[in-house]
Amino acid sequence: MIQEFKKIWKPYTIGMLWLFGLLWPLLGVHADGTMTVHETFRVWLYILVGSAACLMLYMAKKGGFLDFVGDPLFRARSSIQTRAFAIPNWSWQVGLIVLACFLPLFADRYGTDVAINVLIYICLGLGLNIMVGLCGLLDLGYIAFYGVGAYAYALLNTVYGMGFWICLPFSAFFACLAGAIVGYPTLRMRGDYLAIVTLGFGEIIRLILNNWMELTNGPNGILGIDAVGMYLPVFENGFTFEHFWMKKLYLFYYLVLALAIFTAYGIRHLNISRTGRAWESIREDETAAELMGVNTFIYKLLAYIMGAFFAGLAGAFFAARMRFVSPESFTFLESAMVLCMVVLGGMGSIPGIILGVAALIVLPEVFREFENYRMLIFGATMVIMMLFRPAGLIPAKRMGTRSDEREG
Amino acid sequence: MEYFIQQFVNGLTLGGMYALIALGYTMVYGVIQLINFAHGEFFAAGGYVGAITLGYLSGLGYMQTHPVLCLSAAFVFAMAYCAYLAVGVEKIAYKPLRKESRLAALLSALGMSIFLSNGMMLTQGVYDKIYPGEMFQGRFDFGTVAISYLQIMIIVLTALLLVGLNLLVFRTKIGMAMRATAQDKTMSALVAIGSNKIISLTFAIGAGLAAAAGIMYGLYYGSVRYDMGFIPGIKAFAAAVLGGIGNITGAMLGGLIIGMVEVFGAGYFSSEYKDVFAFIILIGVLYFKPTGIMGENIDDTRV
Repeated sequence: MIQEFKKIWKPYTIGMLWLFGLLWPLLGVHADGTMTVHETFRVWLYILVGSAACLMLYMAKKGGFLDFVGDPLFRARSSIQTRAFAIPNWSWQVGLIVLACFLPLFADRYGTDVAINVLIYICLGLGLNIMVGLCGLLDLGYIAFYGVGAYAYALLNTVYGMGFWICLPFSAFFACLAGAIVGYPTLRMRGDYLAIVTLGFGEIIRLILNNWMELTNGPNGILGIDAVGMYLPVFENGFTFEHFWMKKLYLFYYLVLALAIFTAYGIRHLNISRTGRAWESIREDETAAELMGVNTFIYKLLAYIMGAFFAGLAGAFFAARMRFVSPESFTFLESAMVLCMVVLGGMGSIPGIILGVAALIVLPEVFREFENYRMLIFGATMVIMMLFRPAGLIPAKRMGTRSDEREG
Repeated sequence: MEYFIQQFVNGLTLGGMYALIALGYTMVYGVIQLINFAHGEFFAAGGYVGAITLGYLSGLGYMQTHPVLCLSAAFVFAMAYCAYLAVGVEKIAYKPLRKESRLAALLSALGMSIFLSNGMMLTQGVYDKIYPGEMFQGRFDFGTVAISYLQIMIIVLTALLLVGLNLLVFRTKIGMAMRATAQDKTMSALVAIGSNKIISLTFAIGAGLAAAAGIMYGLYYGSVRYDMGFIPGIKAFAAAVLGGIGNITGAMLGGLIIGMVEVFGAGYFSSEYKDVFAFIILIGVLYFKPTGIMGENIDDTRV
């Protein structure tokens, strides 16, 4: 016990002193030639107390002092788990969808707005999941495809006056094209190189959006994009169709909900198809996959194109929702945020990603006064998840059984 | 012609800074095969600490009397601070993941990068921090070619640091230990080289060089910003890849080439797309000659 105590507290103490040394020059040295300690000390003390409390809890749990709370909790969790698994999977899905359908009845305008955001990010997260989670290709410029989709709708609509539903396939097509263009040269690379090159491509696309004044109106963005229009049947004077703008937020919410459901089921089906198995084999071992006859290049390119496809769709919906696009919305930080959602929820796991997106969109809205700390916490979350739970909150289930598992 | 020479000097200045940053990437990659995404943040942190030190000293009034001494102090403090920061980051975010998959380490590095840049934003503010460097203004005029004192200072200091690093890596026992660790950690452990210490040292040296580049960047452009590490970080990475990642001489050469291309591209083609040239070079190099100019080995075991 004492040994273990020493093993944890010694590095912790050194680490905290180290942190003080790092914080003090940033907080305590002022340009008017004065040095102060108290503000640094205050900030440092908060961090110290918070992290020490976490560490104490961890130690207490390890030492068995929390068994009187932990054991009943654990038993409750496992019994809930067994009961939850007893309920068939589809009833969860139906429950979630029904809940989502009735959400606008309870939520006000603001709540619906947040929900729309969640749904759009679910599409993005699931699309990125094809690349990162299924195929193992880390893409750091993913948001560029979203941008391409959004700008495709914005430009086709404002320049040629095309409606949303005609533009939607175009948005998806242009995003796929961008995916193919990015994917073709980069897919010969592996791992780290791919990550940095996709980051470069993402920046190139953003810079083009930012600098090509004649086409995209540069940093000012494009204003006055039409909302989604729809023809609804009217029965007043016989049977006619009437054009109708879906400007009401809750109507738009249902559209995005449909998109999110389409994305989730589409990706689910891709995942359990032959293609999905090929992707997973590439993720596990590319050389072995190639040996088994998987055309790795084609499948990796396909992963890119499919990921870009869903991002493009989401982009068109985003443009129709905001009715304004500017390069500001498609920075690297957005890519990092989507990636953080995927990592938090669990790479390759569809329910995990939905949970991750909901957590990372809704929690910052709840804790609005900590707005400035948002990205700080995102970054820390990524590091902590990688250190302690690399498979995410809801880890993906492996498909099939591995030969070494079956025997045991 | 004068325009060409002017651009050449500008390119040399910028390229030197990129070379200093690229060295950190390439050294870390050489030793643990990880792209240290947070390296750009070390560069920005160096710029900030330099600004803070210079601001403090000018607040005390020393800047006006001993500018060179103050600048040296700023360099020393910033380099020490970033070395200290880098060792801490390595211990927290990279060391526990050394045995895990590449993706885990890469994501951890990315998270650390976001964390650090936002930490700087929270402590130092969202807006540009003006660099207190007005005493280093002034320039030599050769006809129409103007070379500022700052540019000379940057070029000379960069050259000194690069020579110093080369001496360290190729002429001393420590350098030999670093090269041995890069080649084979198990074997070097057998001959009593502590690989953990060497890895920490590599991070510290790389971050120190990046910090020096950060101060130069701040002085050259007149201000620093919390997210300034991002774009120069990618460009420096491009430089490291161009030179052949893991290769120190290659990184220096790559940095100079990227700096030149950027300056000439901005001067002769389009200044709006100056950031794009480095990315295009990066993609081109990786596509056509992924081993880079100096040709380090890149196969399944390394990438």
